[in-house]
Amino acid sequence: MKDKIFKYLLFLAACLVLFLSAGMVYALISQSLSAFSHFGVTDFVTTADWDPREGEEKYGALSFIVGTLSTSLLALLFCIPFSFPVALFNGEYFKGKKIATVVSSIVDLLAGIPSIVFGLWGFYTLRPFIISLGLSEQGFGVLTASVVLAIMIIPYASSLSTEFISMVPNKLKEGAYSLGDTQLNVIANVSLPVAGSGIFASYILALGRALGETMAVTMLIGNTNDIPTKLTDTGNTMASIIANQFGEADGLKLSSLIAIGLLLFIITALINSFAKLVMQRILK
Amino acid sequence: MKLFSTIKFRLGVDKAFFGIICFFSFLTMIPLFVILWELFRKGYKQINLNFFTEVAPTSMDAMLARMGHESIPGGILNGLTGSLLIVAVAILIAIPIGIMVGIYLADNQKSKFSGIIRYLTDLIQGTPSIVIGIIAYAWCVKPLHSYSAFAGSVALAIMMLPLVIRSTEETLKMLPGTLKESGLALGASYTSVVLQILLPSAFGGLFTGILLAISRIMGETAPLMLTALGASIVNWDIMKPTSSIPLLIWEFYNDPNLVDLIWSSSLLLLLIILTLNLTAKSIASRWKIH
Repeated sequence: MKDKIFKYLLFLAACLVLFLSAGMVYALISQSLSAFSHFGVTDFVTTADWDPREGEEKYGALSFIVGTLSTSLLALLFCIPFSFPVALFNGEYFKGKKIATVVSSIVDLLAGIPSIVFGLWGFYTLRPFIISLGLSEQGFGVLTASVVLAIMIIPYASSLSTEFISMVPNKLKEGAYSLGDTQLNVIANVSLPVAGSGIFASYILALGRALGETMAVTMLIGNTNDIPTKLTDTGNTMASIIANQFGEADGLKLSSLIAIGLLLFIITALINSFAKLVMQRILK
Repeated sequence: MKLFSTIKFRLGVDKAFFGIICFFSFLTMIPLFVILWELFRKGYKQINLNFFTEVAPTSMDAMLARMGHESIPGGILNGLTGSLLIVAVAILIAIPIGIMVGIYLADNQKSKFSGIIRYLTDLIQGTPSIVIGIIAYAWCVKPLHSYSAFAGSVALAIMMLPLVIRSTEETLKMLPGTLKESGLALGASYTSVVLQILLPSAFGGLFTGILLAISRIMGETAPLMLTALGASIVNWDIMKPTSSIPLLIWEFYNDPNLVDLIWSSSLLLLLIILTLNLTAKSIASRWKIH
């Protein structure tokens, strides 16, 4: 009897996750309905207006979608030259050695630094540097935000790809060595092809992280509502427009912000599910 | 053509590549120390007893102090107590549920329902923190017509939950199956096997997971901006707006009179988080199943 109740409780807790997810989606959809019905879903996604003047209110998410995608993709690009060597260092060259543990813990600690502290660092250290390079007058913009974002996602990209690289069977590598390959040849001809899709999936997951980062980006992107056309342009991401304007918003504007939140939720869910799918196929 | 195939050349390229890998790996470690150093350099002066016993100064007080070339009065007591309150309530919500779901998943590893729950857990974990803030706003702030510490706790609990579920499941899966079988063979009920044998054996792993989860939500700012909002006084009422250390940092950052306080608050926040992190890691490395 007791066991039955206990098992039932466990099952109920698991169901709670189901209800929680359903409740999350419901909250987002129900709160964004008025924006979607007012502007139409396609119009909302494909227009770049953000005009809060009373009577002429017009909201569209396009410039923020562009802002989010451009900063995240750039960040992904910038993080590769650092996360990839770290993954090879820990998963191939020094696999299982003490120094790999040290390097991976130090890189992992980066993931522990709060977004807002990264933002402060970007604002007070990186921004003056960008100004001194003469790239832009104020130092804000897509470039500044993506450099900081890149540093933030390095640990996510490197730790997972390390695991996939170290999972490559030794037998395969030994075969290549016995044929006279150097370590570089083995990496290029055996390790990377075998671990390739796993590494790909880890970078997709890191991209998912970058899409939702809020505080650091909000502090560095410059917060203007136009579509950024070059690296040094200011802009806004989906997360940063919510963080910036949610506090004083109401009515249609609030609903539009929540609608942007829903879009962001959908984009990250798709990206993460895709990465999971790739990984499941490898692990099978 | 001949040059490229000589063993000397190939070994040279191999060495050069190894050098590049090492160089970039070490380069990657620099930002952590640069950030720590910067916070320490600019922040240590402000950390004194008042920093822990007084609430954040008003913009006016800070301006007067600045004009008199004194150091800014006050501290971050309201942020410390607020963080404590919000995180504690989040822990109370997330840990029991998370552990129970984790036990369920470890027990029903192959069922389709578990697969769905696992997928949803990952989905929640991947949800951006600001979106979770919106959800907690829609659930708590809007119906109750008031920003509150509770709404903040709900947001942070949602963020914690997947981490607790995953670490519970992973840890329980690592326990040898014989442990459970011998318990059952001795006539212990399923309930006592789980509560008295499995969970205590898994304690180290669970504790590590929980500490890591706490360290992750400790520095969250965005969801709290939409839920707990912030307060200038020490508040222990969970139904009222409450501050937290990250919220105070955001406040200081936006107020030119208070901006000098960001470094000390960030330094403290980072030290708390890194301590939690390193403690969790050291427990994890000491706790191993033989």
